[in-house]
Amino acid sequence: MSSTATTLEHAAPPQSGPRSLIQRLRHGDEVAHLLTLIFAALILLLTSMLVYELWVNSHLSRSKFGMMFFFTRVWDPVFGDFGALPFIYGTLVTSVVALMIAVPLGLAAAIFLSELAPRRISDTISFLIDLLAAVPSVIYGLLGIFIVVPLMRTEIGPHLIKWFGHVPYLSVLFKPPNYGVGFFTAGIVLAIMVVPFIISVSREVLLTVPREQREAALALGATRWESTWKVVVPWARTGILGSIFLALARALGETMAVTMVIGNDPKISMSLFASGHTIAAVIANEFTEANGDLYLSALIELGLVLFLMTFILNGLARILIVATERGGGQPA
Amino acid sequence: MMKKTLLVVSLLVGLAAAAGAQSNPVLLNAAGATFPYPIYSKWFDVYHQQHPNIQINYQSIGSGGGIRQLQAGTVDFGASDGPMTDEQLSQSKVKVLHFPTVLGAVVPTYNIEGVKSELNFTQKALAGIFMGTITKWNDPAIAGPNPGVNLPNSDIVVVHRSDGSGTSYIWTDFLSKASDDWKSKVGKGTSVNWPVGLGGKGNEGVSGLVKQTPGALGYIELIYAVQNNISYGKVQNAAGKFVKADLAGVTAAAAADANNIPEDFRVSITNASGAAVYPISSFTWLLIPTQIPDAAKRDAIKGFLLWMLKDGQNYNEGLSYAKLPKPVVERELKAISQIQ
Amino acid sequence: MNRLRLIWRKSLNVFALTLTGVAALAVVSILFLILGYLIYNGGKSLSWDFFTKLPKPVGETGGGMANAIVGSLKLLFLAAVMGVPVGLMAGVYLAEFGGKTFSFVIRYTTDLLNGVPSIVIGIFAYSLVVMPVRHFSALAGGVALGIMVIPITVRSTEQFLRSVPGALREGAMALGASKWKTVATVILPAAKGGIITGVLLALARVAGETAPLLFTAFGNRFWSPGLSQPISSLPVMIYTYAIAPYDDWHRQAWAAGLVLLGLVLVANVGTRLALSRGGSARSV
Repeated sequence: MSSTATTLEHAAPPQSGPRSLIQRLRHGDEVAHLLTLIFAALILLLTSMLVYELWVNSHLSRSKFGMMFFFTRVWDPVFGDFGALPFIYGTLVTSVVALMIAVPLGLAAAIFLSELAPRRISDTISFLIDLLAAVPSVIYGLLGIFIVVPLMRTEIGPHLIKWFGHVPYLSVLFKPPNYGVGFFTAGIVLAIMVVPFIISVSREVLLTVPREQREAALALGATRWESTWKVVVPWARTGILGSIFLALARALGETMAVTMVIGNDPKISMSLFASGHTIAAVIANEFTEANGDLYLSALIELGLVLFLMTFILNGLARILIVATERGGGQPA
Repeated sequence: MMKKTLLVVSLLVGLAAAAGAQSNPVLLNAAGATFPYPIYSKWFDVYHQQHPNIQINYQSIGSGGGIRQLQAGTVDFGASDGPMTDEQLSQSKVKVLHFPTVLGAVVPTYNIEGVKSELNFTQKALAGIFMGTITKWNDPAIAGPNPGVNLPNSDIVVVHRSDGSGTSYIWTDFLSKASDDWKSKVGKGTSVNWPVGLGGKGNEGVSGLVKQTPGALGYIELIYAVQNNISYGKVQNAAGKFVKADLAGVTAAAAADANNIPEDFRVSITNASGAAVYPISSFTWLLIPTQIPDAAKRDAIKGFLLWMLKDGQNYNEGLSYAKLPKPVVERELKAISQIQ
Repeated sequence: MNRLRLIWRKSLNVFALTLTGVAALAVVSILFLILGYLIYNGGKSLSWDFFTKLPKPVGETGGGMANAIVGSLKLLFLAAVMGVPVGLMAGVYLAEFGGKTFSFVIRYTTDLLNGVPSIVIGIFAYSLVVMPVRHFSALAGGVALGIMVIPITVRSTEQFLRSVPGALREGAMALGASKWKTVATVILPAAKGGIITGVLLALARVAGETAPLLFTAFGNRFWSPGLSQPISSLPVMIYTYAIAPYDDWHRQAWAAGLVLLGLVLVANVGTRLALSRGGSARSV
């Protein structure tokens, strides 16, 4: 084939120096290379445009509020005063609550799946848990409204208030009133949504830990649990941390399930039972009615902030996970 | 396998496209207020059945959304229960007309365990609750006008709108007249800085929240309370009487100021004077641009407006909205000619 | 003293390991709980009307979501048409033609795009497709979903192309085929099972997306002909009906949820079963 190509080249009118574009295009491989490259570059173009649009359309808000945007608690469309603090607060609080539930639960389940369960069962259960990740956000919201919210209002909330209502530092977290919607409910729903990611990735990194590590610990007299907790898990801790970042990035951007159960109130409150708002939820609620360019610009600036937060987290997550897979873990 | 899938999919899409196509279909897109959504969806459905080639797709996203999308030009007309401000009108590229469609009432609805009776609310009480200064159901300001009702010592869960809302406009307009404190601290608008409360999206969302949250107090259009069996209370009007929202009270509110309705129909009839007046009444408007380049769309809109002002009004009372006063209808019929 | 400590360690061992089992069981049972609720609540609201009728005016019972179901299918079709070719070609580039640095940049950017919250993609599609022409449209919704399809397609295409055995590749080259011929006629067909399942998984993922459609496809109470009209979709209907107070709407929301989840799960389970039969695949 290559000889034919060279013959073609030699048969073409003599051109000094490198082959002309036309001649190179005759060569099928070059065409394919160029074509696929164009599509690949299209992705680059799309992503750049996305960032550009976010940046440009948030200009009004950025120039008017500057850095104060991140520290202002007020969200007042009537007087044109916008601040991101309540939404950043809500986004972080719900995500932290979600992680506090999902990490222990997910890590425990991942340990079971990688260390204890026979391979077949582990694979089947893992498969089922992956299906949880496929459930659309709006369906989590549907279940949240009709199951979690009433449960929070009638069972979970009152019990928590009873137990922690008088404990010194914790009571401020569990202050009534408890309406059923709020930070805690949103956190619970988010926890269920992100736990499959923690389990899936943690299980995989735990499986890559070399057998010798476990066996060495057991040979030294450790119990199964001690070998797992003190040797295997630390070995995989970078990857596990990566899975947590991944889950966090996912939680930050969740929109529908959160807006259906958080109360949509741009307020900052220490109580987990209070209603709040998140960046994604406020954009979903107010985008189509933001009249006034400043209002819309403020919402888009929030979108930009969200984008940056998830960008950084996803980047960190990738680095951590790849690091574990490539270089192996850390010795205990 | 691939070919079959492609065939099936293209068949489905073809069917969908065919299902949508009719002879010269006129497809109108509108968006806005949730306040009149029940009657609008009824009207557009009936009109479509009478004129099968005209489809008016109305999305109930809130008055703020209606104004915004009209200004952005993404819908053919909008709907709002908060009239457009002078500033908004001046920002419009094309002159916009306000066409009143129905008269409705905004009611305070509540969900209190064990309390089935109708509560009387003074103006100060409502303002205080929404300001966050009155927090318990058995507060004297609420208990006072309701002797004999066993109000619990529980918290009031205030529910307001999370989206830009004409219903909010009507409510805050009333509260601004009821309380100077409210007027200076919060003001009136389709979207305000609410001192307290949960946010629901649309009249639908607020109704849903109130219905599901014991102790809740929210404000919604009358029909939402009726259709969903949620208790609503009487409100004290400017004359001091406690009036329950109904057609008579709303019609009286419109009649009270009948001679002062301005040329462009933008008027507030909250807290009108008169013993029989329901104080939280309001018109709601369709926002129609005066210049509609597409002839088919223009004729469809004008046709609908004509129908709405005559036959359409017959559906109002069935859904607890009051009919427009005759003089207003006359003036609107004349105004239709302004749409070019 | 030592005995005591040994007993403690042994009990802790049993306790902790049991807890992990409980955790795994708990997570799995959530899945069955979700399915159970949807089947119970949605099942009793499914009817012939649901699949064939248009929505009724507010407050009246009855009606269905025929236009939403067709709308979702149409949006998926648009997303596939726009997103799959881009993803496929880019995947081919990364697997077969890419240079080191540029490939790294493309992969990084694709991962970045994958992590963008769907609401932000909605904002982007709004400024790209809705603002210039000044109306909401099925096309805008399709663009938003198409953008989300791209990263998943790229990843699975590259992954499955790379997994084609080297022997096949070398055999083709030995027979004198050029690179692009090898890819087009040997490697792609060999990987096509995996690639198709990747595409189906991508579509299943975007089928449930609501946020980006809120201000691109908007919503429609009627059928939506062509590409430039607002269009209804299952996820948006579920959202709209779930937050409303009407009991009839709640019933329809459950039914729609069941239909949507059913489609998504069937796609996921079906493709994974097909994959496991055809060969190993690692997915995240």
